[in-house]
Parts: sequence; structure tokens; C-alpha cells
Amino acid sequence: MFKFSSASFCLRGTKTLLVFALFSASTAALAFDNFKGVGRPATPAEVKAWDIDVRPDFKGLPKGSGSVEQGQELFEAKCASCHGTFGESNEVFTPLVGGTTKDDMKTGRVKGLSSGELPQRTTFTKVATISTVFDYIQRAMPWTAPKSLKPDEVYAILAYMLNLSEMVPADFVLSDKNIAEVQKLLPNRNGMTTEHGMWPGAPAKKGGIGNGGVPDTANKACMKNCKQEVQIGSTLPEYARTAHGELAEQNRSFGPVRGTRTLGPEAAKKAADAGTLELATKSGCMACHGIKSKIVGPGYNEVVARYAGQTDAEARLIGKVKAGGQGVWGSVPMPPNAHLKDEDVKTLVQWILSGAK
Amino acid sequence: MVDIVKQPGRLRPAPENFLSDEQVKAVGSGRRDFLRRSFIAAGAALAAPLAARASEGDPNILQNPAWTTSLGQPVATRPYGLPSQYESQLLRRESPGLARVGGASVSFAPLQGLFGIITPSGLHFERHHQGWHDIDPSKHRLMVNGSDDSLLKKAKVYTLDELMRLPSASRIHFIECGANTGLEWGNVAVPTVQYTHGMLSCSEFTGVPLKYLLDDCGVDYKKARYVLAEGADGSSMTRTIPMEMVESGEVMVAYGQNGEMLRPENGYPLRLVVPGVQGVSWVKWLRRIEVGDQPYATKDEAVHYIDLLPNGLHRQYSSIQEAKSVITTPSGGQTLLDHGFYNVSGLAWSGRGKIKQVDVSFDGGINWQTARLEGPIQNKALTRFNINWVWDGKPAILQSRAMDETGYVQPTYGQLRKVRGTKSIYHNNAIQSWKIIESGEVSNVQVL
Repeated sequence: MFKFSSASFCLRGTKTLLVFALFSASTAALAFDNFKGVGRPATPAEVKAWDIDVRPDFKGLPKGSGSVEQGQELFEAKCASCHGTFGESNEVFTPLVGGTTKDDMKTGRVKGLSSGELPQRTTFTKVATISTVFDYIQRAMPWTAPKSLKPDEVYAILAYMLNLSEMVPADFVLSDKNIAEVQKLLPNRNGMTTEHGMWPGAPAKKGGIGNGGVPDTANKACMKNCKQEVQIGSTLPEYARTAHGELAEQNRSFGPVRGTRTLGPEAAKKAADAGTLELATKSGCMACHGIKSKIVGPGYNEVVARYAGQTDAEARLIGKVKAGGQGVWGSVPMPPNAHLKDEDVKTLVQWILSGAK
Repeated sequence: MVDIVKQPGRLRPAPENFLSDEQVKAVGSGRRDFLRRSFIAAGAALAAPLAARASEGDPNILQNPAWTTSLGQPVATRPYGLPSQYESQLLRRESPGLARVGGASVSFAPLQGLFGIITPSGLHFERHHQGWHDIDPSKHRLMVNGSDDSLLKKAKVYTLDELMRLPSASRIHFIECGANTGLEWGNVAVPTVQYTHGMLSCSEFTGVPLKYLLDDCGVDYKKARYVLAEGADGSSMTRTIPMEMVESGEVMVAYGQNGEMLRPENGYPLRLVVPGVQGVSWVKWLRRIEVGDQPYATKDEAVHYIDLLPNGLHRQYSSIQEAKSVITTPSGGQTLLDHGFYNVSGLAWSGRGKIKQVDVSFDGGINWQTARLEGPIQNKALTRFNINWVWDGKPAILQSRAMDETGYVQPTYGQLRKVRGTKSIYHNNAIQSWKIIESGEVSNVQVL
């Protein structure tokens, strides 16, 4: 059916007939199948392929199992580069594990969340439903190859994370049979509330969620002499003023206002230099060149000295960076850098010639 | 300071060369009247030809510019039009340090330079959970199924060809990330309205009410009270939507945005539109709708997009974006050109319906005046407000306060923090304050 539909341009007529035949047999409700010729039944295989969600009541959970040990191996291979070997890393994403205690497991409330002792929330300090973690690993992980994990692998990785969180022993095997037991150990399983006014559906008293839209603040539209004094709670710290670049360049150069000049020419040059150094590092230049010292190739200070006063220095260096070269600085060749964008090469060469910093 | 007097249309050339350091300092301290006098002095001191010209009038008028005296470019030189070369500074931008992976980051819309209520599609804010793709529409499918077969008569698959044959609706709605202004819960953290409020955009969306598709599949509305929406990207982002909203007809399966197809960064070729609800529920690259009899507790409603309260509990399934407003001109990181008249302009919106009133204060919230609302005022859409103001050169604190049709009034930081503390991350709709000092520089402050 799926393949059939992809070829819908040439098979349009046939398909319409088929769909019509299928649907006309059913006793339709008023609006059911109201749009003749539009849509077709999903095949069981299609539904199975896409319907991978796992709910808190474990509806949708695939059969399978995986051990902590298998999980550790998989985690180190597929997850650790972002999350750290122990799921503790804060380098790329916020940490997965940590911040929970044995006591939390008993109460189902992570104490650190209210006591303020937690430096940072981790996945396991927040999540109240173990299905969420299974579902997410299965649908979206690993980062660069989502949906590549088989159910057993998802179980194993989750088992390893549970072990890291000290919820299960090192010889534990997680499966569709015992995951409901694990749910009962989740440290923050009682940590959610839906008692608020921000659910747009039916309220809890009518079988839905929340309080039916009652807000938690009640400001008044006072117009005159609304208070005695203006209390400033916080002002923009100086570092934050400049952390977002040159604000003058983030506004029009005409109109009722101008962007405030936040960096000034010197700071702007410094920021540009820092950006170019990063570009140089990313482009691999700094592996062979030092700013003030020879590594494999010459230091940039030496390059500047050699080309000083030559009007065509920029063009010649751009050519050398792109095509590579040998002999000027000795026998070790400079490899060609055809992969670099022209504008990046130009930026790098100008940076070098202006006395790279 | 230098920029301030460089505005086109003024008779006199830029004054920086005519002002001594002392004079520049005088301007910096707010003595603008002094500026005017110095122009006259500077004009008199100029070399003869320029002075003569200045006394006759503006050279931009006296001498026809190149665009008035030469042939312009033909039609379709740029088959897909682009903004003027002079508009290169208003771009969507990232906030440094906010996220470490571009595929799971945010770019903010430059609200400080936008007019009216429609966000140009190319400046619409971005939030991706696992990067964006440009999906081939001929290969994109939308499936509607049930968590249980008994919840509908038939699970179905629709192609874009088919969805675009269905009765369509076009509606203007705002979309705001639940984490908009989230950086500011504890204290002032970012300098401009782009970074405080720029996870906000508003477009005219065209699509099919989701109700039509659920009807078409014969959904049992008595049992199926929740809808799961799922994307086709790597993250296959999922969120739970209440069936009541679908039944209202407001939730749309949209393919159109501002007269053209959705942009890839905004979900091309299909996204969910859930008016009034935070952006994360507007699932992009929408590939599947599942109807169910209970909420799903997906990652983005069980680990993220949950609001931490002072008592350690998290609010789950918080979705509605409550009434909020912000002044965009003048705003943080800008400098006023001079004393005198200004049109103070901003945006107001509410996830609970229409904006009824916006009040503006120039004294940090002691006294308020009601602003003009630019109509037509639409349901769950941005509403532009404007108010006249003459700046006397004295320090001022500008605020705006929105009220929606339910009578709800946007809270102060003090009121909001009293209930929710400072670690909620999401749903910060507190009144924004911009402080203006004598030099004309506007900066971000928080008034309690």
C-alpha cells in the first residue's frame, strides 16, 4: 500500500476507486469518511513501523530485555561521547544521572529539588515516569543515528542508567516484565503536579488535567499612584551587556533609535580575533602553526615578518593555503586545504597578516 | 553618541569632527540642546562649498542621487525577492552559551526592528530538538491512528496531495516557546528584546482543522480525550494535546505560512498549529497523530517543559501561554536619538484569547496610560500597541502590561516569583521593564 501511494501520480484514478470501494462498504458516522478519495487506510505494517510511543502505563512497550553489563558496553560506544561514561557529563547536554538518594527512592520525591542542595537537575531528578526514558531513547537516540537501537539495546542502556542511579544492582536485567517494578523505585515518581491553570483541556474534576484554567496570579490594572516607590530587583550586568556581540550592529542604522555601541573598535577587534582563532583551530591550522612559534610549519609571526611590505601578500598566501606548498619554509610540505571556504581562507589570511592574536 | 546624530534627512553632516572632547562629554551627559547650538557653530566654520550647500538645503535634495538619474534593474532580477542591502542587521541570532549543540538550540527573532504583527518567515524564531531537515513533500505522509484500535474506525494515511485538497482555513496566530524569557527568571541576564522575548513569532497559517481528519477516521470522541502529535525529524518530537482543543476546531494541520509553504526550519511541509499553547506542542514535520485515552508523558512533557516550583514539585502539562506584552521600540540595547516625540510601540498576546487592553508606564509602574491597539484584534495572535511619548531627557522606566479578554492582567516579577520562585524556566510572562538614562541608552532592568 505504501509503495502504491508513492506512485500516486500515475495511479491516481485506480487508487481513488480502490479507496472508495473499501470505504463505501462501512456504515459511516455523519462525518466519517466525508472526503471522498482523500486518504487511505493505514496498513498494519505501516502503523507498526511508526507507532513506537510508550505510555506511562507501558502501552506500546516492545518485548525484550537487556542487562546492565550489555548496557554499559553500548553506553560507552554510543552515548558516552555526549553524556560521559557515567551519564554525568554536562559538556554537551545536561547530566542524565546524579542528584538522587536512597531516601528519594523511598519517598518518590527528590529532596534536593526543594532544599536547594542540587547544583543542577539531572534527568533522574526530574522524571516521574520510566516509560518516558525508554520512549525517548528508542525514538531519538543516539543523537546522530536516532531509531537505530533495537528494543533489547534500549532495555540494556536503560538498565545501565538505572544502575548508575543506584536503583538496580550491577547484575540486573531490565525487561518488559519487570519495568513496572522499576517504576516504583523512581526517585521523583511523586514529584509532578498538574494542579495549575495552564492545561487547555478539561480540568481534573472532569477527568482531565489541572484546575480548569484558573491563573495563579491576580494582578490588577491599577492606573494612578499604584505604588509608593519603584523597586529595582535586578539590572543588566556589564558582562551580559557585551556577551551578545556588538548591539549597534543588531539594529537598523536609521529610524527612531540606534543600537547601543557595546564593544567599541578595540573590543570588536578582540572579539573578531577570538572568532578567527576558533576558525583557525577548527580548520586544523593550529596543529602545524603557532601564533608566535614554529610547530611543524612556521609561526604566524614568522609569516608576517617574511611577507611584510609585499603588496600581493594576501593573494599569494590565499593561494598557498588553498593549494598547499613546499620549499619556502623547508622540506615539510603544507597540505592543500581545498575543503575550506574561500571567505574563510581570506579571513584567516587577513588575520595572520594583521598580526594574529 | 556619534550614531545619534547621523540620521539621514538632517541638514548637517555628522558632527563628530566638529565637536571637542568636552563637547562630546556634554552630549553624553544628556545636554542635547547644546548639540543644536554646536551644529550652527560647526556649519559656520565649514569650508566654503559645503557651507554654501548646507545653507541652501540638504544635498540629498539639491543633488539628485544615482537612483534618480540612472536606469534601475529589470523585473525578476531576483526571482525570489530579498530584503534591501541596508537591512542586513536584523537577523535571527543565537544567545551565546545558551546551548552547546546547534541542533538542539534556539535562534531568536529580532523583535527590536519588526513592525506590525506578522513575523517575516525568514526571521521566524527557531527551536529544533535534533536539527532541521528539508523534507521532500512527495515522500511525506501523515498517519492518524489510535493507541487502541477501538478509539477510531480506521487508521488512515494522507499525502500532501490529499491534505491540500481538503477544506482549508487561514488564521493568524502567535507561537511562543514555553521557555521564552526563561533566561530572566532569576535576574536580568540578556541585553535586548531579541534575547528576552525573541522566541516569539506570528504568522498566518493555512491548513486543515485537525478535527476534519479525526472525523474522517471516525474517532470515538467519548473515549479518545488526548491526542499525541509526532514529528518526522530525528527526535520524532512528541507532545500531548487535549481533545477539547481539537474539537474547538482551532488546532490545524498547517502547510502554509504567510502565503507560501512553511519554511523548512518551521516544519515544511506540515506542522501542527495549536493556538495559545507553547511552541513545543506545535509539532513540526508532523508525521503522525495518535488519539488516546490518557496523556503520554513524553520527554518534552516529563523531563523538559516542566516548571519547577519552590516546594520541589514540577508542574506537568503546563501548556497555555498566559497574557504577556513587551515594548519593542525603544527597548534594551538601543539608544534614543534625541529628546522629543516618540511612538512607543510593542506587542501583546494571550494564549487565552484576544487582547483587551494594554497599559504603558513611563515611571516604573506608578502611573499607567492605556495604549492604542492596532486592529483587527485577533484571537491568540500578536496585537501591536502604540502610545505617544515625549521624552524630556530625564531617566525613565518603560513598562507595558497586557490584559486579555478573560480579565487576566499580566503579573509583575514580584507577583510571579511569589508563586513560582525563580527556577521555573518556563512560562515567564512577567512585566518587562526598560530603563532609559540621560544619554538615551535603554537597558534591561527588573522592577519587582
